[in-house]
Amino acid sequence: MITLTVNGTAHQLDIDPATPLLYALRGELGLNGAKFGCGLGQCGACTVVVDGEATYSCLLPVIAVQGRQVLTIEGLGGIDKPSPLQQAFIDEQAAQCGYCIAGMIMRAHALIQKTSAPTEAQIREGMEPNLCRCGTHMRIVRAIRRVTAEAREAALVSFRETRR
Amino acid sequence: MRPRRVLYLLVFLLVAAIGGFVWWSQFPLIDRIEVPDPASFERNLVDAGAKLAAIGNCRSCHTDRNGPEFAGGRAIATPYGKIYSTNISPAPGTGLGHWSEAAFARAMRQGIARNGAHLYPAFPYDHFTRLTDNDLRALYAFLMTRPPVENFVPANELPFPLNQRWGLAFWNALFLDRRPVMPDPSQSPEWNRGAYLVAGLGHCGDCHTPRNLLGAEERSRALSGGEAEGWPAPSLGPDSPAPVPWNAEHLFAYLRHGSDTEHGAPAGPMQSVTDAMSHADEVDVRAIATYVANLQPATTTNDKAPQRQATAASQSAAPGPGEELGATIVAGACAGCHAPGQPMVAPHGLNLALSSALHQSDPRDAILIVLGGLHPSAEHSGPMMPAFSGTLTDAQVAAALQYLRRHSGQGPAWADLEDRVRDVHHAMTGSGS
Repeated sequence: MITLTVNGTAHQLDIDPATPLLYALRGELGLNGAKFGCGLGQCGACTVVVDGEATYSCLLPVIAVQGRQVLTIEGLGGIDKPSPLQQAFIDEQAAQCGYCIAGMIMRAHALIQKTSAPTEAQIREGMEPNLCRCGTHMRIVRAIRRVTAEAREAALVSFRETRR
Repeated sequence: MRPRRVLYLLVFLLVAAIGGFVWWSQFPLIDRIEVPDPASFERNLVDAGAKLAAIGNCRSCHTDRNGPEFAGGRAIATPYGKIYSTNISPAPGTGLGHWSEAAFARAMRQGIARNGAHLYPAFPYDHFTRLTDNDLRALYAFLMTRPPVENFVPANELPFPLNQRWGLAFWNALFLDRRPVMPDPSQSPEWNRGAYLVAGLGHCGDCHTPRNLLGAEERSRALSGGEAEGWPAPSLGPDSPAPVPWNAEHLFAYLRHGSDTEHGAPAGPMQSVTDAMSHADEVDVRAIATYVANLQPATTTNDKAPQRQATAASQSAAPGPGEELGATIVAGACAGCHAPGQPMVAPHGLNLALSSALHQSDPRDAILIVLGGLHPSAEHSGPMMPAFSGTLTDAQVAAALQYLRRHSGQGPAWADLEDRVRDVHHAMTGSGS
């Protein structure tokens, strides 16, 4: 038996311990947000957050996830109550076909958790592993800038105060 | 003699010794020249210099990450402290703009800057000293026709007494061998060209030769394996860890195209070398491949390859006692690309039985590749591997690597592997998991 803790809930699963986390999420738990893109850790469509790190779930066997916290896009919010990050992606119309977007949002989430007020360069570097074939990168970057604008403003104010 | 006279004599001798040393360790300033007009250099010479600069891979150290080309400022981590590469663009204020060809040649051959100060041997003048006049002239023409970029480079971070440049006069007296590479008439012209490039401009020994306590290459053990920025650089000679011995053809493919079907792709600092080699003169890359392949025993040319591949295919993947975790992680995280029958064309998803890193006694190359992955540079294509740092824990990486060492590699199990993974991880990111 494998114990997977996903979005705060523990699940007991009777599956091969070498099964990639992505298959367990989609096939066993019905969490279809993360997508199968390449299966080779090259595109990022399957990105989820494990213990705060953006992770390719297609290349992570479930045995390696036992005792760790998995966060998927379903854990951020849904259509009724989107998280601020998801709302920013909606406001900027960052999705075209949408296939990469769950992975993009999860990588952005991990980035913002570590760096609450990222610069444009930090956003570009942080999002670099995830690919979008529609080419909506500029909107994705704008969405992340939008949701972090307030934090950036606050950081600027406190920086000015320390200089005073 | 009265005691006072003895004292005078000693003081005199001391002053004379200091004066003599100062005279001996100093080099004169070479007069500045007007910044040369780029149009004054012959086009053919500049082109030849561009191809030579690719062999020397000047760009790799003298360009900061995402910085302007040849403007310097890249921090080079040495065992003694950080050294920042210099600006070698022809900028008049902060680069080589006012350097004459004679000043450039003296820097390359003796490690002395135009102002007479000693340069640190992180700049491999102990290799460049062997360059011919013609090659130096071409390199000078190439550099002086690059876009000038004014860029102040940070001061080196070296402790006393290493921050005293005059001390390098001793280092040079001990270790700087300025003799040219003598051609070996019993070998082909191609081999001789390779020997010259490997010992000189290519400065292969800078990473692939072990160093002594004073940081100089041990000449008696040339190319028998060294270290580069925390990456073990394997032996290029008979002790090469490559499970299928290199030959000139495969070494050429690796150096020129950054990947080879029997050995995979370069990792770590070697990646910038093969990136650069794709811009070099193909004839020179072949010469290097010929020379280096000949360092390996002649009997071990390609005949082992099919044998080794057959062994790899037949190797049992059944986990032994204590290997279940490693085997499961390899099956879930690695096999998708690396197991036989995957939809990838070699060298992508290399058969790990061919991996040199798994055949080395030092596990750090394997650890670094798994934690950091492989990422082709923006201008070059090549195999890409995701980083597992932060995805797998250090214990999981160690379990997977120990399993691969036994089932795909060769040699005794790596000792204290989990600690080694933690150390490498810590050095990479400043923290482990």
